[in-house]
Amino acid sequence: MSDPMRHFRSCHEIFAELSAYLDGELPEEACREIEEHLHGCSPCEAFLVSLRKTVELCRRYAPGALPGPLREEARHALWRAYEQMLARRRNSGL
Amino acid sequence: MAARSREAETELARELIHGTPGAFERFVEAFRTRLFQYSLMVCGQREDAEEVAQETLLKVFENFDQLREPERIRPWIFRIARNACLMKRRKSAFAPARELSLEELMPVRDDGSAERRFEIADWSALPEQKVLQSELRQVLEEAIGELPDIYKTVLLLRDVEELSTQETAEILDVSEDVVKTRLHRARLAVRRKLDEYLRTHGN
Repeated sequence: MSDPMRHFRSCHEIFAELSAYLDGELPEEACREIEEHLHGCSPCEAFLVSLRKTVELCRRYAPGALPGPLREEARHALWRAYEQMLARRRNSGL
Repeated sequence: MAARSREAETELARELIHGTPGAFERFVEAFRTRLFQYSLMVCGQREDAEEVAQETLLKVFENFDQLREPERIRPWIFRIARNACLMKRRKSAFAPARELSLEELMPVRDDGSAERRFEIADWSALPEQKVLQSELRQVLEEAIGELPDIYKTVLLLRDVEELSTQETAEILDVSEDVVKTRLHRARLAVRRKLDEYLRTHGN
């Protein structure tokens, strides 16, 4: 028997777990329950598509801003720290 | 963003510790821009982000011999960067963390009835693999930038830097459950901004 409130609760429940579902971090049983729900609920299915695409966009996102060129004194400080670290390793016999 | 597989980073870390010629330059090139961009999103100021990137690289080179597992180079570096960002924030105005509730992030139903319809844009035409068009990229950047700090940091580490839940939890000194909860809410908030954009601008 159709019960809108029961369905709404189910939407609500799976809503909290959709990222974990996308990330493969849910137990098998929970995944199956979500998939069963999605097959019968096109709004939730559409919502999951939008969430999955959001994650894909974040993964392809590269901020537009770039740092200024590395100044010579800053580069020199990094190189000096690197050389000292290597010397310490050599001295400790590694 | 440069190609950056975990395997390539691990190999670069091994070369660096063995003093392989050219490894230093490649390492600086591989991480400096990413550290700057992460820090800019977290700190919000170019000057702070430049300093965090430099301070992080300096600490990395000073302490590289303490990295026991080269395959953990990425989480190790971002933990140092995260701490450097925290120091910067302590020096600037500190805004208390705002919580995002799951309720406020649920899609709005388009009527008050029991009919199962949410207001969702048509995402189907959104390109899967193409480079982000500049306007959409701008919307995404603003959406991430507007997240409260505790959510933004998790999203940047998990989805942009693609660190694991466990690695992110270790970097932030929180439980894996907290990472999962914050990540979900961060994604939902970003999704909502993108959805608003798609509904008003189409694809």
